[in-house]
Amino acid sequence: MKMLGLSKKDTTFLLIVIALTLLTPILLQPFPASSTLAQFNAGYPDLMQRFAIFGIFAIGFNILFGLTGYLSFGHAAFLGVGSYSVVWMYKLLGYNVVPGLILAIIVSALFALLIGFVSLRRSGIYFSILTLAFAQMCYNLAYSVLTPLTNGETGLQVYTNDAQVLMGENSPTSPHFFGIVMNESATWNVGGWQFVFNNGYYFTAIIAILVFYLSLRIFRSPFGLMLRAIKTNQTRLNYTGINTRPYTLAAFVISGMYAGLAGGLMASMDPLAGAERMQWTASGEVVLMVILGGAGTLMGPILGAGFIKYFENIFSKINDQVLHGWFAFLPDGLENFLIGVSHFFVGKSWHLTLGLLFMLVVIFLPGGLVEGGQRIANAFRKRKSGGDDAETEAQPSAAE
Amino acid sequence: MGILEVKNVGKRFGGLQALSDVNLSVQEHTVHAIIGPNGAGKSTLLNCFVGKLIPDTGSVMFNGQSVLGLKPHQINQMGISRVFQTPEIFSDLNVLENVMISCFAKRDGAFRLHPFETVAHEVDIVEEAEQMLIDVNMIDKRHMNAASMSRGDKRRLEMAMCLAQKPKLLLLDEPTAGMARADTNNTIDLLKEINEKLDITMAIIEHDMHVVFSLADRITVLAQGTPLVEDTPENIKGHPKVKEAYLGEAA
Repeated sequence: MKMLGLSKKDTTFLLIVIALTLLTPILLQPFPASSTLAQFNAGYPDLMQRFAIFGIFAIGFNILFGLTGYLSFGHAAFLGVGSYSVVWMYKLLGYNVVPGLILAIIVSALFALLIGFVSLRRSGIYFSILTLAFAQMCYNLAYSVLTPLTNGETGLQVYTNDAQVLMGENSPTSPHFFGIVMNESATWNVGGWQFVFNNGYYFTAIIAILVFYLSLRIFRSPFGLMLRAIKTNQTRLNYTGINTRPYTLAAFVISGMYAGLAGGLMASMDPLAGAERMQWTASGEVVLMVILGGAGTLMGPILGAGFIKYFENIFSKINDQVLHGWFAFLPDGLENFLIGVSHFFVGKSWHLTLGLLFMLVVIFLPGGLVEGGQRIANAFRKRKSGGDDAETEAQPSAAE
Repeated sequence: MGILEVKNVGKRFGGLQALSDVNLSVQEHTVHAIIGPNGAGKSTLLNCFVGKLIPDTGSVMFNGQSVLGLKPHQINQMGISRVFQTPEIFSDLNVLENVMISCFAKRDGAFRLHPFETVAHEVDIVEEAEQMLIDVNMIDKRHMNAASMSRGDKRRLEMAMCLAQKPKLLLLDEPTAGMARADTNNTIDLLKEINEKLDITMAIIEHDMHVVFSLADRITVLAQGTPLVEDTPENIKGHPKVKEAYLGEAA
């Protein structure tokens, strides 16, 4: 079966992604609400929205970093620009998210064009530093200098005396998509399980599927081929008659637009925009996501984004009390010892676990989680075919 | 009037006069070899043809147009392709993709934003690239990762990439450097075949006299940045000035 101009394999792949995305509220809720493991459930709206939004962010970042190898350390700037655009549209027009998201994409594209035009004159570490400098500049502008536009450290939000010219009598008073209110959910109770189907999640999920499809097309296109060629050998490409600058700039702008869209969606779920969204830690986070999942692969960024967001939200909730509950059956001395050790890896210290995992992945699986999955699949295939050399697909190159 | 006209080219790096007063004319459909001892300025001269270096003085005309100050990709689009001393290929891509990039560059020019077409649907390009691989006897390796090939095959692939562009002038920078004898002979055969089959001019920089004398129609001997003599291979062989340049002054 082929559709939408994709090969058979890609179509299957896309259908699997669509199915997984749409069933997320069920898949991430494997434990009954009353069980002790319920805290590992991730099927609540706020977290699922973040999965989808950071998935979009990472997919876009992967078009730049995964394909061309240009490591930007300033993509959070576009995230922030997207959020501010959306909140401004709330203030001026009303709570419908569509005008804001369109503006977010346009403004982040313009920002990316400007930053990319300057930064792409250099490559390697100099490019990374330039993008970092630009992002920090944006952050500082938003934080202090441009207070009339960004409301400084308070963050931009909607006030009752804002114009909101398109707001009617009965318009919802929180972000909505033509009347579908983002923070409304339907709850479904089956047995001990509780599944929450949130409007906001499905809105972001459908956009995520669309932009995933776009990135799939880009990966398979001549443009994508040129981007991969830029990563391997720019010299040869120049001497083959290709001007690499517009290609890298296009990739930069496209990934900036993805980031702007992601930032806009953040403000669509929660009508706030703050400067901290542009800080360099946010730029670093997306780099971690893409490398952890597998740079240059289609699925990697989504896996990485999901993985990190899951850790952030679930692992950080395991505090000493929860640990006491787990180890209560042990003798006191041993219990305290185990809690003392675990203390460093969960709760507020979840970053340590993430850091260790990241190191392990980079050292042993340079292709990220996707490579891990492929190795497991290959091992199974080999065992089945009796040690027969399974055809090795063109593996995505290791992340640098 | 040759296809490549070099007039009074000079290039200085700090205190070193790398090239001075180089005059050279490469005639269409010939193989023109540039030889000379180490440090004679051969590679510097080649880099002036492809836009990597800009000479301090003089002019380089290709097909009646100056190439000075143009970017490498612009010069390539004019019809000059270059083979490097160490094969420059896209090692992360497979062999077919390597050649397809050349075909895309030929068809679409220096830049074209085509993010939604699918490579596999570009039937013309795929066929063209496959035909090129058949011509150089590499079609069986088309799905192989370019990095995993032998050095000889990488060289062959690089030439296929250059030829897929149907250049008017092919520049070869020591195409057999570091090759075993058998590989060298294969490369000579390949170059001879290209020269006979295609409507192409070649300029070749080479150390290996065996290669030079089996291929070249004309030879320019470069020493210390200036051309000593330019003549046919037969006349170059016994030329006293050439001997002197290579072996030092007779005692």
